[in-house]
Parts: sequence; structure tokens; C-alpha cells
Amino acid sequence: MIDTFDYSLIDWSRGQFALTAMYHWIFVPLTLGLGFLVAIMESIYVKTGDPEWKRITKFWMTIFGINFAIGVATGIILEFEFGTNWSNYSWFVGDIFGAPLAIEGIMAFFLESTFIAIMFFGWNKVSKKMHLLASWLTAFGASLSALWILVANAWMQLPVGMKFNPDTARNEMENFWDVLLSPMAVSKFTHTIASSYMLAALVVIGISAWFLLKKRHLVFAKRSMVLASVFGLITALFTILTGDYSAKVIAQHQPMKFAAFEGLNIGQRGAPLIALGVVSSTPEDPNNENLKDFAFKIEIPNFLSYMAFSDFNAFIPGIKDLMEGNPEHNIMSAAEKISRGKLAIDALAEYKLAKESNNVEKMAEARAIIDKNIQYFGYGYFIDNPNSLVPNMATTFYSFHIMVALGFWFIVFFGIILLLVYKNKISTSKFWLRFAIINIPLAYIASQSGWITAEMGRQPWVIQDLMPTMTAVSKLDANAVITTFILFAIIFTSLLIAELSIMFRTIKNGPKPVTEAEVMEKAHAEAEELHNS
Amino acid sequence: MFENLSILALQQYWWVIISILASALVFLMFVQGGQTLIYTLGKTENERSMIVNVLGHKWELTFTTLVTFGGAFFASFPLFYSTSFGGAYWVWMAILLAFVIQAVSYEYRSKPSNVYGKRTFEIMLFLNGALGTILIGTAVGTFFNGSMFSVEKGNLAQVYDSTISRWQTPFHGLEAVLNWHNVALGLAVFFLARILGILFIVNSINSKPIFDRAVKQMWYNALPFLVFFLAFVVNLLLKDGFAYDPATGTVSMVNYKYFTNFIEMPLVAVFFLAGVVLVLFGIIKLLFMSSNKGIWFTGAGTILAVFSLFLVAGFNNTAYYPSTYNLQHSLTIQNSSSSHYTLTAMSYVSLFVPVVIAYIYWVWKSLNKKQMTEADLNENNTHVY
Repeated sequence: MIDTFDYSLIDWSRGQFALTAMYHWIFVPLTLGLGFLVAIMESIYVKTGDPEWKRITKFWMTIFGINFAIGVATGIILEFEFGTNWSNYSWFVGDIFGAPLAIEGIMAFFLESTFIAIMFFGWNKVSKKMHLLASWLTAFGASLSALWILVANAWMQLPVGMKFNPDTARNEMENFWDVLLSPMAVSKFTHTIASSYMLAALVVIGISAWFLLKKRHLVFAKRSMVLASVFGLITALFTILTGDYSAKVIAQHQPMKFAAFEGLNIGQRGAPLIALGVVSSTPEDPNNENLKDFAFKIEIPNFLSYMAFSDFNAFIPGIKDLMEGNPEHNIMSAAEKISRGKLAIDALAEYKLAKESNNVEKMAEARAIIDKNIQYFGYGYFIDNPNSLVPNMATTFYSFHIMVALGFWFIVFFGIILLLVYKNKISTSKFWLRFAIINIPLAYIASQSGWITAEMGRQPWVIQDLMPTMTAVSKLDANAVITTFILFAIIFTSLLIAELSIMFRTIKNGPKPVTEAEVMEKAHAEAEELHNS
Repeated sequence: MFENLSILALQQYWWVIISILASALVFLMFVQGGQTLIYTLGKTENERSMIVNVLGHKWELTFTTLVTFGGAFFASFPLFYSTSFGGAYWVWMAILLAFVIQAVSYEYRSKPSNVYGKRTFEIMLFLNGALGTILIGTAVGTFFNGSMFSVEKGNLAQVYDSTISRWQTPFHGLEAVLNWHNVALGLAVFFLARILGILFIVNSINSKPIFDRAVKQMWYNALPFLVFFLAFVVNLLLKDGFAYDPATGTVSMVNYKYFTNFIEMPLVAVFFLAGVVLVLFGIIKLLFMSSNKGIWFTGAGTILAVFSLFLVAGFNNTAYYPSTYNLQHSLTIQNSSSSHYTLTAMSYVSLFVPVVIAYIYWVWKSLNKKQMTEADLNENNTHVY
């Protein structure tokens, strides 16, 4: 009998998935946002007939294309890694999780990849309006595919709309709409796409700022910058709104993750929000209060309670409350959850034996125990290591705070840029133009931090409360996973180097000049208009 | 409408969809086949660029079909996903790697400052074309020959040893190449993809030298295709198959099972024969009639033939993913599918497929009004790879 988990295998499998996801997420948010920015730019071109706008559209479309290809490449790996590295997971929840993935393929991915062909190759082959429609459809296709994959992710954080079936040893979907419209799915989708749109705006502003600093393509750069700042300000405000909603959903459904966000060890009423803090050394021992505190912190009183429950005096459970239980606030201890989970797991074994011997009575008995305790099923696997139920607090705390701080900063930044544009000082504000370039990596750091918060904070669960990471993993030799991890790391990094090099070169070359034919086309249109009036 | 169907009817409906996606995928692998011919058919820089560009307008369609095939398989038969992908690890990982390097190669190939140079990206396209087709073909070969795995759903109740699907050889899928029948299918798919690639290229590019080389190349690829394909089919018809008894739920070896499937499902046999005839006719069109329209025949034939092979693998009470480790652990469309509810919900989504096909057709048509010429490469106003 094996009596421990193969942690090397689990960690490398997690590492491989994180590696793929983080690389994927370098390219995806930019294409999500840039798709819409390009569609808006092209709409202005079609409306005004101004060749300068066509030039703007085409330049950003090239940037879009370079990122799109590599986003697609890393995306396919993610889809198949659910099977290759998380085999038990694939079966345990495949009945629910597979559906959004398939819908993504059928409804969104084809839309995106078909109309992108018109976008790139159709300039002279379809009418202007058809081409514009294709650009919009590509943008919508990209966000639609984000919808389905985020619905799938949200379901892992808040499993709803299903029932466990002991005959098949898996969860089966009972209500598709519950899965699609769960509060977690709504908050995850809106927050993720809004922040991606914001990231794209910051990239466009940063690159435009470089052109302004170099005093090249001034009209192009200014127009791009104004459009991106407006788009950015709106989406940044929306990012904050949806982020606030996300926090409320997490506080309600993933209290352990929420406590880790704030490094809250002991729960309290009117809990303060830590605006700035340095976590002291933190071994995962919930009983050791002294080790779980901050070396330094600045707090906003009562604000955490407000953020979580819109009530300045609400009780926020800490890690200790969640581990040891808190009867006053109706919080069950981890030990109790573990014993209930173990009951469900043992009953599943009983059920199988009873079924083999055709003992209907015993089957019903076992089934009743399973149904009663199924919501704690996953806890049963922590029978010998309850402390693993606590996520890595420092990582979660820092990534959460970096994300939030940068999010607020970006709003200020968009405001400053718009103000400078309004006062017609943008081309001469060297300080802010340089700062705009620095904001590009900051945008990526904020975006990646968001995912680190979401995914590290929910550990040790792949499916909240139902399946822990260590139970989900495929039975492979850890060395096999290490080998593929290294292979992927080399390939992704090589591709990233090529991608960045091509990007920098494309930016350096700048937008292609307006051709004579395009100027003629515009003059022709204007003459016709004059003639008609 | 779908909710009133029996679970078996839904399982069959979804197996048909999986089969359609698989057959479309093999047809669209003309992109992969074409990628292995860039240097054989294109002798000048411009010729090579034309080939890359006509293929480049289509690669995403193949790629998206592969992704959708994976997603649909996951949604409808999740036990296959968890058993095969997690078990035959090396095979699937190799396939994935082959596709990662493809996605960027078109876009980056001729871009300035692409670090590794044009040639590297062309080699990556070649690797994708060769590995992608051979490996996928070999993996599908195991549908008829079985693999060494076990499936024990009860394992979930063992805290420290809860893996349900386990591969029972340390080679994790690599052992599939030890069976010549799997490899024969892999090579048949490889040469078929090249045949399709040749036919697609002559159809899309207006160039006499490429056409002449294509005719010659067709001989070199059609003959090995026939050898491997016939070897695969003859052995398939003669071999024992993995039969499923719906009454007892047991799987056993039955003589001439796949041959029997063709006889007992005559429509499938007709599809298969029609498919083979069409594939050959498309080849003949190029070889003996100097026509560049062969792609339509060979393409349609490929779809029919692959579609019927998948039906033979999964229908008529056959285990489509057999376990030679323990026959009773074999996967059938009955024991590996999603629930009635999920299959129903997914079936409604499948109604979108005709819409998808319609707009793909429209886009394809509006972009391919005429054949490509060298002059198109220098056109200022479009995107060239």
C-alpha cells in the first residue's frame, strides 16, 4: 500500500501547466483588446475614408497577427494538458468541464480563425464593409472563446449545477445555465476581459509614446494614443468594478483564498484592508500565530469587511478560523470536513462492493452517506496532512496586492494622458511619454499577478472542495513530466525571443507610408461627395 | 428534440460527430502534406513562397479542426480523454510539440528579424507535416489494435492511489510503433496528406513548373500510399476485432470483427468503397488527365473513407479503444461517454456546425476567386507570409 503522494510528480505537473498558462497569457490579453481597438480604428477609416486611419489600422493589425499566432500555439497545449497531466480530473469532471471547451471550439474558435483570414488577406478581395465586419467578428470571436474557457475555470473555483454519480465515479451536469451564469463565471469573465482590454490600451499607448519621443509618425502616434486612452480609461474603470465584484464572490465562496489574499490569520469583525505590507516568515502552521504576521503593514480600518460583504462590521474568517472552526460564526473545522469527506470516500468504496455483490440495500445506504457528505468529498484526501489545506500565503498576498495597486495606478495614468492630450502637451511631455513605455511591462505584471492570485490562492484544490490537486494528476513518472517541462520551456522561450524580436523590428520600422493610390482614392471620394452636394 | 433520445442514440450521434471531425481533419491535413513538399515542388524562392502562402491561408482551419476535435472528444467521451492522453503520454506530447511549432512558422517565416531565419521555420513546417500526420495516424491505428491500459473507477476511493486510468507499460504510448499495423496506418495517412497537398497546390497556384513537378511527385507518393493503405485495409479485414456484448457488457475477441462490421453495416461499406474510388480518381485526374481539379475528388473520398473507418471502429458493438491489458477495461461508446444531460446540451450546440461550415465556405470562396501567381507575392496591399 502506498501511503504518500508523489509530490515531485504533482509539483512538476503543476509547474508544466503554470508554464504553459503563463506563456499563453503573455499573448492572449493583448489580442483580446487589440482586436477591438483595431475594429474601432477600421470603423473610423470606413466612416471617414481617411487613408491615415487605414494605415493606423494596418499597423496595429500586424502587431495583432504576430501575437495571435503564438497565442494559438500555446493554447492548444493547454487544452490537451487537461488530459495528459490531469487524467483523474478529466474523468471526475469531464462531464461538465469538457462542454465549454467543445463549445469554445465550435462557436468561437472557428469564428475567430475564419474571419481573421479576411482581415489579413481580404483587403482587395471583399468590400470595405465586409472587411470591417470580419474585423469585428474576429474581435468578438476572441472574446467569445475567452468566455467559454473562463466559464470552465470559474466552475473549478465554484462547482455548481452538477451531481455526483457513484456508479460512474464522477460529477454529472444537471443544469447548464447554472454553470454558465454562476456568479463566479460572470465575475471571472468580465474582470478578465476588461483587464485584457486595458492591457492592450497600455501597450498601444506605450508604443505610440515611443514614436512621439522619436518624433516619427506623429499623426499616427497621437491618434492611436487618444483612442487607446479613452478605451483604456473606460475599461480600467470596468476592471475595478468587476474586480470589486470578484472579491465579493470569492469572499463568499472561497473564504480560505480570501483570507490568504489579506494574510488574515485570525478572523475579526470590521477587518482592516492591508494597503501595503511585508509578510514575515510563514511556515504553513495555522497554530503558530507569531509566525503568521507582518513585518510591516499599513492598514485601512474596516475596509476589508466592506470589500467582502458591503458591511463595515462584517466578520471575515481568518485562516485559523477556517482550520480550527469557529462555532460562533458557524464555521466548521477542517478536521470535521476531513472526517466527513473521508466518510464519503469510504462510502464510495462500500458502494462499489455492494454493487458487485448486487446488495441493493447496502448500495442505498452507501449512497445516502455519499449524498450527505459529498460537498466535503475532497477533504477526505487530507486525512494525514490537514495543513496542506492552507494556500501559500505570501505568494497570494503579494500577487493580489500588486494587481490591485497597479490597477488603480492605471486609472490615474489614463487620466493624466488624456489631460495632456486635452491641453495639447502630450508631444512635449517627455517624462510621461517615457513613463508610458515603462507601463507596458507593468501591465503584463498586473495581468499575470491576477492569475497567480486566482490559481495559487485556490490551492490545494483543482475543484474547490471536491478534488485536490494531488488526486487529479496523471500517473506518470515524475521524470517524464520534467522532460516535457524542459522541452516546453525551451520551445516557448525560443518562440518568445523570435516574437519579441519581430515585434521590436516591426515597431522600429513603423507603419507603412500611405500609398499614392490610397491618397487618390480619398481625393476621388471627396470629389464625388462635392459633386453630389 | 434531443432530450427525448435514448442515451445510446445520443452516444451514436456523438460518435458520428467525432467521426465527421476526424474525417474533416484528415482531409485538411493537405496543409501538413503540402508543408513536406515546399522544397520538392518549389525550386525558386518565389515558388516556395507561393506554396507557403496558399497553404498559409488554410493552416488555421486545420488547426482549429484539431482543437475542436479534441474539445468535442473531451465533452462527449471524457474517459477516452483521461485514459489515452494521460496514458499514451509521449505520443500525444510529440503531436502537441509538432503543432506548436507550426502555428508560428507561417507568420514568422518571412518577417524581418525573426532570429532563426526563413529556413528554420520551413524546417519546422516540414517537421509538423511529417510528424503530425504519421503520429496521428499511428495513434488512430491503436483503435484497432489496442493498448496496454487499465481503468478502475473504484480507485478514486483509495486516498493515496486514486488514479482511475493507468498505462501498464513504462513506454507510455511509444510501444504503439512496435505494431506494424499501427505504423502502416500512420504512413498511409502521411502519404495521403502529401497526395492531398500536391492536389491542393496545383489547384491553387498557376505555375507550369510546379505543375510538372507535381505530376512526378504524385507517382512517388501515390504508390507508397497504395502499398501502406492496402496493407492496412487487408489486415483490418482479416484480423480479429474487439467485440462488445451489450447484454453482458463484456468485451471479447471475435474473428473477422471489422470485416463483419462492413457486412452488417452495408451503407458504411458503400461509403468506404466510394471513398477509396474517389481518392484514386482524384489521383488519376492529375496523372492521366492533366487536370488540377483532383483535390475535390480525393478530398471528398478522404472524408468518406476516414468517416467509415471511424464508424467501423466504434459502431456495431465494437470497442473503439480496446485494452489488451484487460479486455474488460476496453472503452466503448457506451461506457466512456458523458451523461445524457451533457450529450443533450452538446447536441444543441452541434446545430451550429452547419452555420460554421457555411461561413467557412463563404470566406474560402471570396478569398480564392483565382489561382495565385508570382505577381501576387509582390502586391502591396495584402499580407504575405
